[in-house]
Amino acid sequence: MYIAKINIMTKPEILDPQGKAVELGLKNLGISQAQEVRIGKHISLQIDAQNEQDAKEMVENACKNLLANLIMETYQYTLTKL
Amino acid sequence: MNFVVVVFPGSNCDDDMVYVLREVLGQNVTKIFHKETQLPQNTDCVIVPGGFSYGDYLRSGAIARFSPVMPAIEAHAKRGGYVWGICNGFQILTEAGLLEGALLKNNSQKYICKNVFLTPQSTQAPLTKSLQKNTYKIPIAHGDGRYYADNDTLKRMEDNAQILFKYCDELGNITPEHNPNGSLLNIAGVCSANHRVFGMMPHPERASDNLGANTDGKDLFLSLLQNFS
Repeated sequence: MYIAKINIMTKPEILDPQGKAVELGLKNLGISQAQEVRIGKHISLQIDAQNEQDAKEMVENACKNLLANLIMETYQYTLTKL
Repeated sequence: MNFVVVVFPGSNCDDDMVYVLREVLGQNVTKIFHKETQLPQNTDCVIVPGGFSYGDYLRSGAIARFSPVMPAIEAHAKRGGYVWGICNGFQILTEAGLLEGALLKNNSQKYICKNVFLTPQSTQAPLTKSLQKNTYKIPIAHGDGRYYADNDTLKRMEDNAQILFKYCDELGNITPEHNPNGSLLNIAGVCSANHRVFGMMPHPERASDNLGANTDGKDLFLSLLQNFS
């Protein structure tokens, strides 16, 4: 069994209005140094796979075909054996 | 024409669409559930209506795309059949790859429900071909309507007359102030390369009843019926 921790972010060239609003909030909190705030999704899932290569293939398939929309998003993940 | 309106869990504009097609325009309409794996025989146009399929979880339209009915809709589109997605239907069609681009959260981060003005663009698509007026007043009701596609895709779509509508002011001026959601190029609707799969965020079915004050939406249906082949 493997655990995948997946981060999905909107592509850097696409405006993230939520990130902009949060950046303003951080500045209002007094953290004026905060910049380039972007908000994405974190998905964790367990994969019942024989080996890391199989687990990787399944996670890639999941990310490419459902979890992320590659027109507007990118994904990264880590795999850990449970 | 023979229309099919597909109902997903969370669709909520299906009955308005059936009403307009059947009662206002006198067309044949069948409503089918997303669990069907086949379309009725002689289907001319599949309508994917608005709503919040699967609660808009993950991304709007992302999960509906895997519904049992989708392969039949994809095959229908591949055969050159008409498919028309409105609002959440548009989102589903982009997620399914039947239309290019994607729909992001509105720039304002808000759900917007109001009348907007659209100016028709494509002279090739049956949906817009016979539209004579410069602007059409049609309501929008969405939180994820910011159309995005990369520059090369947009250029190709513009060159091939695949942009159906742009947001504009009452006179037809396409300005950033009249772009409700931050869509690239003020795009409100697009179509496929063969001009037979349509997607748009505004709701023409909500502006088509003769009993209502606004019937601008009806012209879109009439254009499609007129140019149906």
